[in-house]
Amino acid sequence: MTEIWQGLIRAVQLLVSFDAEVVEIAARTLRIAGTSSLLAAIISLPLGTLIHFRQFRGKGALINIVQTLYFLPTVIVGLFVFVLLSRAGPLGELGILFTPQAMVVGQMVLITPIMLGMTISALSGVRKELLETATSLGASGSQLGLLVLREARYAVLAALLLGFGRALSELGVAMMVGGNIDGYTRMMTGAIWLATQRGDLELALALGIILLFLALVISIVLNRLQQRRPQ
Amino acid sequence: MKTRVIVLAVIAIAVIVSVIATPRVPALKIATTSSLYDTGLWAHLEPLFEEQHGVKLHVFRVGTGIALDHGKRGDVDAVVIHDRTREEEFVAGGYGVERVPFAYNYFMIVGPEDDPAGIAGLKPEDAFRKLLEDGAQDPDRIVFISRGDDSGTHAKEKAIWQAAGFAYHEVQESSWSKARDGYVKAARGMGPTLLMANEKGAYTLTDNGTFLAYKGNLELVPIVETGAMLLNEYSVIAVNPDRHPGTNAEMAGNLVEFLTSPDIQDIIGSYGVDEYGVPLFSPCAGAEPGE
Repeated sequence: MTEIWQGLIRAVQLLVSFDAEVVEIAARTLRIAGTSSLLAAIISLPLGTLIHFRQFRGKGALINIVQTLYFLPTVIVGLFVFVLLSRAGPLGELGILFTPQAMVVGQMVLITPIMLGMTISALSGVRKELLETATSLGASGSQLGLLVLREARYAVLAALLLGFGRALSELGVAMMVGGNIDGYTRMMTGAIWLATQRGDLELALALGIILLFLALVISIVLNRLQQRRPQ
Repeated sequence: MKTRVIVLAVIAIAVIVSVIATPRVPALKIATTSSLYDTGLWAHLEPLFEEQHGVKLHVFRVGTGIALDHGKRGDVDAVVIHDRTREEEFVAGGYGVERVPFAYNYFMIVGPEDDPAGIAGLKPEDAFRKLLEDGAQDPDRIVFISRGDDSGTHAKEKAIWQAAGFAYHEVQESSWSKARDGYVKAARGMGPTLLMANEKGAYTLTDNGTFLAYKGNLELVPIVETGAMLLNEYSVIAVNPDRHPGTNAEMAGNLVEFLTSPDIQDIIGSYGVDEYGVPLFSPCAGAEPGE
């Protein structure tokens, strides 16, 4: 128990003093997880809308597969991307293993299914009559897409936030693809893992608390943005 | 509304660009054993190397087994590890240029102060035999935590079992190993294994560097410290550029030179004195210690 209290105290100390190393790792974590999330969102939103509107053979099966990928263990994604990018692997020529770019690729593989699947679910919650009315008023396909995304914006934002949360909190990809290199690819979770390995449980707990604190700030900011948006 | 969307889009693009365009600085990538990392030696040497050679040093903290695997795949430029047998196989297999020992220390068997198996003063192989035999009778009191992770320390443990007259599978299949406690595989790094042994009042095999670095958190004491088998040599091997042309062979050569240079050898030989009162490693400048 004492470790937990000391961890809490250490977290507050690190936060208040703007500890340079913690700030650097936190900023890197946000940049990398943010990039993966934004890129995954750029893929998921249009693709999800398209899948929602189009009727095609195997649509149910496709959605099933996407939903199955929600459960991908991060270490499997890490291993898969590692084998792909390793010099001995098919994309080894690129030489990008153990870089932030490679971590973004891995995290995108991890979170795109979540964002895509949940976008499709979010859109299917929008009332049909609305779309029928819009169609009868002569809305084009892209206008319909924007309309439905806008109607379902709370659920869509939740989908994006969940994906971002997973990127922020995963360890498997960061370790296997990033290599947890000090000052280059170390994320918050990697720093927590290392502190645990080295027996510094207080620091590990403190970093965990700071990660949650970051998540709280992000969630408050996003909620604010959402509420201020005019109807 | 419009301006806010534009501002958000600009921020989003800036974030993406900041990561995608992160320059791929020339770096020397090395995979190293957890004992060298956790003792803080790499954190100490890294800035010196970076200053001398104007290149970033990217250090991966993995076990000897994974380090060799990274080397075989060409994902690192050099490996810095401690398992002579597998190192020699690595070089003989054409994966590495040359095995260069640069420092050593000793393994030791640590355990609870009351030494429930009574192994103090024995040779390591005799101590292991007694642990297995007595442990089978009393697995609740006589517990051994093995690294169980293919690391250099785990390889040393297997070698000691061999010298004690047991094939490793015999140890794993013994009633001592099948008991709830008894012989336990931790499957984690040296530091966490020590902490686990400490929690369980167990014996374990450790290098003395990591033990000293963790001593403050431990109630364990050294039980067996002498025996020819306990030598722990650290070597550096540059990955063979013929096999993986993408590796940074020139800089890997610089690292080998760096680690065996007189200045750095002095630094390695005195590392830990300030903090622990004794050095954690002895330098051996490219030669086999004791030969």
